[in-house]
Amino acid sequence: MNLTLLQGAYIIAGLFFILALAGLSKHETAKAGNLNGIVGMTIALVVTILAAVLGVKASGGIDVQKGAGATGLALIAVPMGIGAAIGIWRAKKVEMTGMPELIAMLHSFVGLAAVLVGWNSFYAGAEGGHHGIHMGEVFAGVFIGAVTFTGSIVAYLKLSAKMKSSPMMLPGRHAINLGIIVAFFVMLIVFARLPEPAAGQVDNLAATLLGIMTVLALFLGWHLVASIGGGDMPVVVSMLNSYSGWAAAAAGFMLSNDLLIITGALVGSSGAYLSYIMCKAMNRSFISVIAGGFGSDGQVTGEAKDYGEHRETSAVEVAELLKNAHEVVITPGYGMATAQAQYAVADLTSKLRARGVTVRFGIHPVAGRLPGHMNVLLAEAKVPYDIVLEMDEINDDFPSTDVVLVIGANDTVNPAAQDDPTSPIAGMPVLEVWKAHDVIVFKRSMNTGYAGVQNPLFFKDNSAMLFGDAKDRVEDIVKAL
Amino acid sequence: MLIGIPRESRAGETRVAATPKTVDQLLKLGYAVTVESGAGAEASFDDASFAAAGATVGTRDDVWAADIVAKINAPDDAEIARLRPGATVVSLMQPALNPGLVDALAARGVTAMAMDAVPRISRAQALDVLSSMANIAGYRAVVEAAHEFGSFFTGQVTAAGKVPPAKVFVSGAGVAGLAAIGTARSLGAIVRATDVRPEVAEQVESMGADFVKVDVGEQEVSSDGYAKEVGADYAAAAARMYAEQCQDVDIIITTALIPGRPAPRLITAEMVATMKAGSVIVDMAASAGGNVEGSAPDRLVVTDNGVKIIGYTDLPGRLPTQASQLYGTNIVNLMKLVTPGKDGEAVFDWDDVIVRGMTVAKAGEVTWPPPPVQVSAAPAQVAAAPIVPATPKPPPPPGRRIAVMGIGALLFLLVAMFSPEAFLGHFMVFMLAVVIGYYVIGNVHHALHTPLMSVTNAISGIIVVGALLQVGLSGHSWLFSALAIAGILLASINVFGGFMVTQRMLKMFQRG
Repeated sequence: MNLTLLQGAYIIAGLFFILALAGLSKHETAKAGNLNGIVGMTIALVVTILAAVLGVKASGGIDVQKGAGATGLALIAVPMGIGAAIGIWRAKKVEMTGMPELIAMLHSFVGLAAVLVGWNSFYAGAEGGHHGIHMGEVFAGVFIGAVTFTGSIVAYLKLSAKMKSSPMMLPGRHAINLGIIVAFFVMLIVFARLPEPAAGQVDNLAATLLGIMTVLALFLGWHLVASIGGGDMPVVVSMLNSYSGWAAAAAGFMLSNDLLIITGALVGSSGAYLSYIMCKAMNRSFISVIAGGFGSDGQVTGEAKDYGEHRETSAVEVAELLKNAHEVVITPGYGMATAQAQYAVADLTSKLRARGVTVRFGIHPVAGRLPGHMNVLLAEAKVPYDIVLEMDEINDDFPSTDVVLVIGANDTVNPAAQDDPTSPIAGMPVLEVWKAHDVIVFKRSMNTGYAGVQNPLFFKDNSAMLFGDAKDRVEDIVKAL
Repeated sequence: MLIGIPRESRAGETRVAATPKTVDQLLKLGYAVTVESGAGAEASFDDASFAAAGATVGTRDDVWAADIVAKINAPDDAEIARLRPGATVVSLMQPALNPGLVDALAARGVTAMAMDAVPRISRAQALDVLSSMANIAGYRAVVEAAHEFGSFFTGQVTAAGKVPPAKVFVSGAGVAGLAAIGTARSLGAIVRATDVRPEVAEQVESMGADFVKVDVGEQEVSSDGYAKEVGADYAAAAARMYAEQCQDVDIIITTALIPGRPAPRLITAEMVATMKAGSVIVDMAASAGGNVEGSAPDRLVVTDNGVKIIGYTDLPGRLPTQASQLYGTNIVNLMKLVTPGKDGEAVFDWDDVIVRGMTVAKAGEVTWPPPPVQVSAAPAQVAAAPIVPATPKPPPPPGRRIAVMGIGALLFLLVAMFSPEAFLGHFMVFMLAVVIGYYVIGNVHHALHTPLMSVTNAISGIIVVGALLQVGLSGHSWLFSALAIAGILLASINVFGGFMVTQRMLKMFQRG
């Protein structure tokens, strides 16, 4: 196979990937965008398999790579078939509430693949003679891949509640992280400056260094994510998304493959941008999220303050309130996902809409455990996407809203973020639900949310609590209607 | 304490400073209320209805002997003489234009509060008479214009032919202007509006009108919530814009007033001469000299080319019932502010900017003008205001930013110097892809963030390409091939699973 043909196909594939991401910007074009991604991937896979099987020749008939023949094809087809089967099976089976776990799991695969490709590239040696640069690329690629791998595994375990979601606080955790990063740079320089071994030989010192660094990076990834609490997971997941991209880009550098570089950079910058949006929505710097240790479950931080009495209400009363309302806004949070209440909520929505009540949804950017998590859940339950609005789109409408239903959200509707400069969440943009005429808060108990801050909303005169499982309570309201 | 509500003495005044509803609210605050017999007659509130609400109906003397006298227009000399020294009088006063009135009130030893001197801060909106009256005036201006206008406002297609919609141009997007825009829009007209404050364009558009910008670079951001006089360049550009609009529209409503100064002349006689016959202009600033050349206070003037210029100054009074109700509510809100104990005892907190701002005379002293209060709707000012009490981080000084960028560039050049050419070629590709990725993702709809992540997951499975090519490399150990095969397997899960789950999610998103 001709080398320029291979590269040309890669350019086309890269273009399709850009179109895929661009298509996802709007609902109308999103499916076409995904299709573009599939087309790009198909092109890339077909030409690469052909290249691997038939070999690649540069102009003038020089062999760049020998073909692996029929054995090679078998070695490719079998693992790829198994991988495809597993992937499709998982994708078909996954619950929409389980999306964050699946995404974290998929990130870990990219990370591990990057580590494997990196080690192999180390054994294969540089093409074209730039030994030092190649070694540096390998070292960096394996490092990012390993951090992504263990980080994603921990994120997966936390999201699927197989590990405690509260932050792990090792003594001197900042020093540990910094130490590993400094060690990485020192070893990187030593590693890249080692003399090139004879063809077919491997320098044992280099292999040892790479091995030590891989173990350190695996530890760093685990430690980094383990010390971040469950509520910060939207940032962590998008950050790991970003890392998996950088890992692919690093692999591209070591293999001199522009398609990997382009794709990796696209994914990397997209994940970084998402992390940035999430951090802004929490009014916290990226560094402070990554440094971890924020919030602890169910504990009140700060001084105990007398907020007054909260008021309890019943499903029947809420149904009565909703019947007489014109404008209703529902603000869901992670609690709706854990209670699997999205179908009940969708049912309530369609009942109210049939009565002529305007129902809309207000989604805080960090609601849930994944960017856009609430939107996917509501879409699954067939809530039309044009009544699901972003915080900035709906915040001005609360004063003219009759009833707000807060379902499993807490910190994202906390007025203390605006009123109390001493609050840990001060300055975080929040949904201003308390400006509505009536606010009904669905909650299991009076416990605090992720940030561990008490919510003065619960004690306001116009808010009432509806305790119990969100799904059951919403179903009760539907019955009462 | 007793609140007295006199019958307005000014000729043509139809409003009254209290209604049965607001009397009820004043009683709840602990006050007693005496209403002069016949005070509400013009506003359709008879004595019986006041009595039913709990007020006593008294004579002129009863009312003026009260501790607090609330009325619409400023008291005249005879009325000031009737006030008890130490009493409080609340009314419209225009203190900036009437220094004589303020002096007379101070000399009488009364506390005088001007309802039209409320500082423009959010908290004070509930008692801002200028806003509540301007709202009514804006509505009525459109009604008056419609009354004089010989055609429909709304466009219609009828069996008797097609009717084009009227075009209305509103100058000044304050409360009156916005009310006029809303009213004209709801009658079906095409509405355009302008204002010297560019920051109100959004409000104009929210009411359904098109904002007409004055084409000039200068930006007027007001700091006290009121419009200011503008520079010469701006005036010339504005004149061109008005001249254009005059030739096009059917109705013009001007609301430009600058507190304490004559109204700006926006529309000249030449511009009026270019208007179509039958067009109507409502000059809401006629009492302060008029925005339109040829307008006369309280009169309807018809020009030689058949344009009607309305200069009525009593627009709020033409809706006496509504105007009295809103004015009365403003008074109630003022009394709420000064009656923290709800015990019928007025306590004036002189440190409160609202109370301080409104009080033009007290205990024999003239207290006008008050110290300035800085407020504005301009975003630049809002950022500085303590709406979010968290201390905003100061942005890093620009010099530091440049320095950081410079050091970054130098470091990169150093690295580049020692890099092979091939590496830099790849780096160029890498950098471009990062920038493209950033901008492409910036456009993604918030609801699609999860599908976006699963697609990027799928395409980052492209790392499979690396593993694929490694399987083909000969001359390595079995371990080498095993690692490559494991890589293919893992990355394939990503590729197929990622695309599949995205497809599944996207199918769920449905429009309502």
